[in-house]
Amino acid sequence: MSEPILSVRDVAVRFGGIVALDGISFDMPVRKIVGLIGPNGAGKTTLFNCLSRLYVPSDGDILFEGKSILTRPAHRIAEIGIGRTFQNLALFQNLTVLDNVRIGGHCRTRSDYVSDALNLPWSRRNEKQIDESARSIIDYLDLRGVAQRRVGDLPFGTQKRVELARALATNPKLLLLDEPACGLNHEEIEELGERIRHIRDDRNLTVLLVEHHMSLVMSVSDQVVALNFGRKIAEGTPAEVQRSPDVIAAYLGTEKQ
Amino acid sequence: MSVQTENLETAAEHPALAADMVTKPFGRDRTIGIAIGVILFVAAIALPFVTKSFFVFQVTMVLIYAIAILGLNLLTGFNGQFSLGHAAFYAIGAYTAAILMDKAEISYVWTLPVAGIVCFAFGFVFGLPALRLEGIYLALATFALSVATPQILKLSPLEHWTGGVQGIVIMKPDAPFGLPLNQDQWLYFFTLIVTVLLFWLAHNLLKSRTGRAMMAIRDNPIASRSMGINNSIYKALTFGLSASYTGIAGALGAIVVQFVAPDSFTVILSIALLVGLVVGGVGWIPGAFFGGLFVLFVPNIAEQFSKGLSGAFYGIILMGLMFLMPAGVAGFIAMLRRKVLRHEG
Repeated sequence: MSEPILSVRDVAVRFGGIVALDGISFDMPVRKIVGLIGPNGAGKTTLFNCLSRLYVPSDGDILFEGKSILTRPAHRIAEIGIGRTFQNLALFQNLTVLDNVRIGGHCRTRSDYVSDALNLPWSRRNEKQIDESARSIIDYLDLRGVAQRRVGDLPFGTQKRVELARALATNPKLLLLDEPACGLNHEEIEELGERIRHIRDDRNLTVLLVEHHMSLVMSVSDQVVALNFGRKIAEGTPAEVQRSPDVIAAYLGTEKQ
Repeated sequence: MSVQTENLETAAEHPALAADMVTKPFGRDRTIGIAIGVILFVAAIALPFVTKSFFVFQVTMVLIYAIAILGLNLLTGFNGQFSLGHAAFYAIGAYTAAILMDKAEISYVWTLPVAGIVCFAFGFVFGLPALRLEGIYLALATFALSVATPQILKLSPLEHWTGGVQGIVIMKPDAPFGLPLNQDQWLYFFTLIVTVLLFWLAHNLLKSRTGRAMMAIRDNPIASRSMGINNSIYKALTFGLSASYTGIAGALGAIVVQFVAPDSFTVILSIALLVGLVVGGVGWIPGAFFGGLFVLFVPNIAEQFSKGLSGAFYGIILMGLMFLMPAGVAGFIAMLRRKVLRHEG
């Protein structure tokens, strides 16, 4: 097996006296879809926020392509190829779909106030590049019909797709999806599973998926990591994790206690 | 809601239809936009030749306030940072121009870029600690700035430069190249050129990568960071840029009024600019012109109703406007457009 794209090593997060993550370790192989599951409060989103540097782990390290990301500030995570979506939509509500996706291209381009204000040639070239890549992603995710609409006016399911488009516009190698199925209806969830696999295949991505919707996780993931109370309780193929007594206990409770 | 969803889906399935839906109103908007542009251009050129000098002066002041309000709009409307301190930047711009003309005898034209740079520096430096403050807390910190400024301008150690309480009197410049214009007409055209230039720059900026980053920070600072936007540097630079616009307005104001004094730049001016911003429309570039009109003319109109109760009438006019146009002129125009579109289609 080749070197993992992401290694989480003994990551611990404490908020005051509360231990949100307690020494989590796992590796993500390249071009695999890894599902991260666990009951509410298990620490899934906390781990996600460590990966995008919104939280600082109290212990441990996170390696992306062999290099620690903990020395990077949050705004320099997108440029190394980690893109994400948020659990409760974090779109730029007053902007159009197109502008939201264009902002995804921010980390792939350079510009400054002066050249942008003067609309200098390189600024225009830049803009053209951002625009082309944004439009191709918009077409890819069937958002063309709403490209000029204000994103806050769109239905929830469409907004989720816009968020995915925006994450793809950062041109990630590793895509972090925080509960992409949350709030979607049954049909949309099926579509989503297919879409995640397609995206991985078309764009050669590795995907880390936090999800509550079990049938989705189990059907799309190559590998599943289960957390409970900040600890890893199981890791393996979907079938293995589903059989794990600890996972069953975490979700359904045990008889004796 | 369900109807809307259905429409969207059909639009997504039929890109041609969707493109048509999108381009049609915009295509016509463009024609209307060009027509309005031509009318405004002709009116702007003709104005100083068909109206009295004092009115020309007033319109010049409207343009100057529009620049100052645009500066505030860049910060508040497009970047989400509040300021009740813009009178301070206006004052710094005005004094920079006045001192340069009075002490160094520099031509008025060159005082504008200098005022812009000086105010950019002040704004940027003030913007750094402001990074830690948000919303009403930032409003308070900037409020302190405009409370302090007039008193600092009166300090005796600075009196040699600022003229203390007396302020500084400036000579009105003549039209260059022997143009057949009187001083008011020339200053109007000079201000108009600067205004067009500054609005063009702001327009370019806001539709670029930089402008989108500014708005992304306004709408969702956590998501903007995850998209690779360095929030701190953009916020501080936008503070500097905003101060720079307002400072250039201040410099123009000093040249046009021919006089600067500390008490012209109290916190009342900050509030007037904020009122102009809200009346014109937060986050809409042309709104600054409507804001400028309001700031200049409404206090005069209120005074015509009653000298003693002018403040009360000002308040009534403001409340009436906000009742009729809760989202300012911007919201009002957007509503009219929607009505016309719905009526037609």
